[in-house]
Amino acid sequence: MPTDARAPSTPLPASILSQGPNLIVSIHAALDDEQLVRLQRDLLERVGRDRSSGILIDVAALDVLDSFAARTLADLAYMAQLRGARTVVVGIAPEVAMTLVRLGVRIPLTQTALDLEEGLEWLAT
Amino acid sequence: MTDQSSTEATAEPVHSEDKLLPELVAHLRDNRTDLRQQWAERITQAHLLTSMTNQEVFSEATSVYDNYVEVLETGSVKALQHYARDLSERIIPRGVETHEVIGIVLLLRDVLARSLFEKYRDDFELLNHVLDAYEPAANRIANTVAVSFVEQRERVIRDQQDALLELSTPVLQVRERLLILPIIGVLDQDRAQQLTEQLLHGIRAHRAKLVVIDVTGVPNMDEAVANSLVDTVTASRLMGADVIITGLSSEIAQTLVTIGVDLSKMHTVGDLQGGIEEAERQLGFRVSKVPDAD
Repeated sequence: MPTDARAPSTPLPASILSQGPNLIVSIHAALDDEQLVRLQRDLLERVGRDRSSGILIDVAALDVLDSFAARTLADLAYMAQLRGARTVVVGIAPEVAMTLVRLGVRIPLTQTALDLEEGLEWLAT
Repeated sequence: MTDQSSTEATAEPVHSEDKLLPELVAHLRDNRTDLRQQWAERITQAHLLTSMTNQEVFSEATSVYDNYVEVLETGSVKALQHYARDLSERIIPRGVETHEVIGIVLLLRDVLARSLFEKYRDDFELLNHVLDAYEPAANRIANTVAVSFVEQRERVIRDQQDALLELSTPVLQVRERLLILPIIGVLDQDRAQQLTEQLLHGIRAHRAKLVVIDVTGVPNMDEAVANSLVDTVTASRLMGADVIITGLSSEIAQTLVTIGVDLSKMHTVGDLQGGIEEAERQLGFRVSKVPDAD
């Protein structure tokens, strides 16, 4: 379940699981901007606390990924890298990929992979 | 035109259109054989409908003629519209062109107008009234036939385009986790879009890690198409599959550099064979020839 240090608001529709050296983030439903920022903050804290070396974010359940979400994920990847963890985003659906490209959104620093299995494989290398 | 109003005549305005049209129709009915014959002859003289036999031309001419008279009589183009659509469906596959269809309808209009001149030439005023009644109806008929034909033609073209789109973008697996996408023919925005969609679904279905897009069969490429290719690559990468582009011809390479499209972030290899070999290397396959294969 999402850890939430400060904000007393509703729980995030996303779970952060620790698996070995990695954090596995599964997003179940579309997050609004505030929830995205919260997720970003939670994750960065967890990276330090768990001394994680990898973050895997699974967005397979999402059928929309707007430019703010994409930007937030890219920022997160960069911030996590500064704290010593590599990030991979997995499970982007074909429609989502098309939309992102059509909107002109580039996710520069982020590594992507087809699914959980692939993502873990990349994190293991 | 007020042909739908009551025809119960007050006798005074002899030249009212209400009366003239029925008279006109009667004239056309009486001279059906003759006028139809004249029309068919004019069609042949003008070298229209050359892809059809004389007999066919004559029988179609008969139907059009009868429909024509009916429209003049009833003022409703519904039946004609229906017939014109049918006719177009029959003659489009035989290569009949738009100008021919419009040509024959205008010829009929001329033939009938001439016969009216002939009939009313002694009474100029009456002739004018007859033409007042005849011309709008005739123009409406010509319009209906032409529009029906063009619509039908556009529908055929659309169907063919759809069929072509379906056919033209196979996504093939050549090795485990390696897909090839050979693109043949002209790429436009629509097709590039559709192709990207198919590729992305293919990536997911085959769990592909690498895709070789071969553009040997693409004759030319402009900025928009090159950019949509870049988009395809970006979208594939978002799904975790890398893309190798092969077969960029020297002309396309020159064009792209001249118009300043930046493909430097793309992985390109000379030909399809080279692309597949490179992909195999990246995926860890080693293909070697068996000694003494024969």
